[in-house]
Amino acid sequence: MNKNLGILGKKIGMTQIFDEKGEVLRCSVVQAGGVVIGKRTVEKDGYSALIVGLGERKEKHTKKPLLGTYRKTQQTPKRVVRELRVSAEDAAKFEVGQKIGVDQVFEVGQIVDAQGTSRGRGFTGVVRRWNFAGAVQTHGTHEYRRHGGSIGTNMTPGRTLPGLKMPGHYGAETVSALNLKIAKLIPEEDLVLIEGAVPGARNGIVLVRGAVKKKNGGKKA
Amino acid sequence: MLTSNVLAKIETPQLREGLPEFRVGDTVRVHYRIVEGEKERIQVFQGVVLKQRRAGARSTFTVRKVSFNVGVERIFPTHSPRIDKIEVVSRGVVRRSRLFYLRSLAGKAARVRDAKDG
Repeated sequence: MNKNLGILGKKIGMTQIFDEKGEVLRCSVVQAGGVVIGKRTVEKDGYSALIVGLGERKEKHTKKPLLGTYRKTQQTPKRVVRELRVSAEDAAKFEVGQKIGVDQVFEVGQIVDAQGTSRGRGFTGVVRRWNFAGAVQTHGTHEYRRHGGSIGTNMTPGRTLPGLKMPGHYGAETVSALNLKIAKLIPEEDLVLIEGAVPGARNGIVLVRGAVKKKNGGKKA
Repeated sequence: MLTSNVLAKIETPQLREGLPEFRVGDTVRVHYRIVEGEKERIQVFQGVVLKQRRAGARSTFTVRKVSFNVGVERIFPTHSPRIDKIEVVSRGVVRRSRLFYLRSLAGKAARVRDAKDG
């Protein structure tokens, strides 16, 4: 499980910057600015985590029991709330009500993972969804150009096996892009520039954390 | 203009000033810094501007020259810090924004009319 520190942010879009060598880096821009609205502790909850909220929600749109929890810590309701499982030491670095600054969590050159909800594509055929080749376009093909072909054999086993790749709903699922590199941090604006693409559409919510498959959360030793 | 103010804030400081204005059809000399191992030197690439992509800090332009009978095209990011300077050698008169037709022409036919010649 990824227990590295991270940020909750909004995908702004993509752009490019020039690095110190003058080379172009293609970057996704993520706007952070999440606030710690609570904590989970080993003593009370059995695990340690930070509860992070992003964006503002009007009080009248907040459920009353939830509003009570915000009142207790004297905070305004947040639009998106996520728990970040982190070690107790990392959790101790932040107070309830404190903003998670991008430079507190990341360093330039760090390897990170970005998780978001991919763009929804609706009901999609097999050519797009599973990269099937489709049928030949000529030689008398009739209404079978983008079909998937056979879905099984006859008497043995006499049924279609479960899990077969077929048309259906595609996209709008949680996707993680692993091992991306932090290109630049702009703490004043709470911006993180990440080399490469981050899942999801613009204005989508992205969770960026230290890489799970690198030592030390992707930070330089 | 970008739709996102945030992206504009990132891109605007990257814009370079003091580069000469040039258009498609002009002949330019691009002084480009290249790194060879340890050393850095300036390479000059002279040719006709084939196309310009106007996209703020992400703008690029393509320069074409014919070197030893081989056409060579190079795409430069307009605001790249690697560009030392750009000299405009001559202004050309062209009637379209993309001069891809030059690729299929050779020799005398592959010239662009100079603005000075009227």
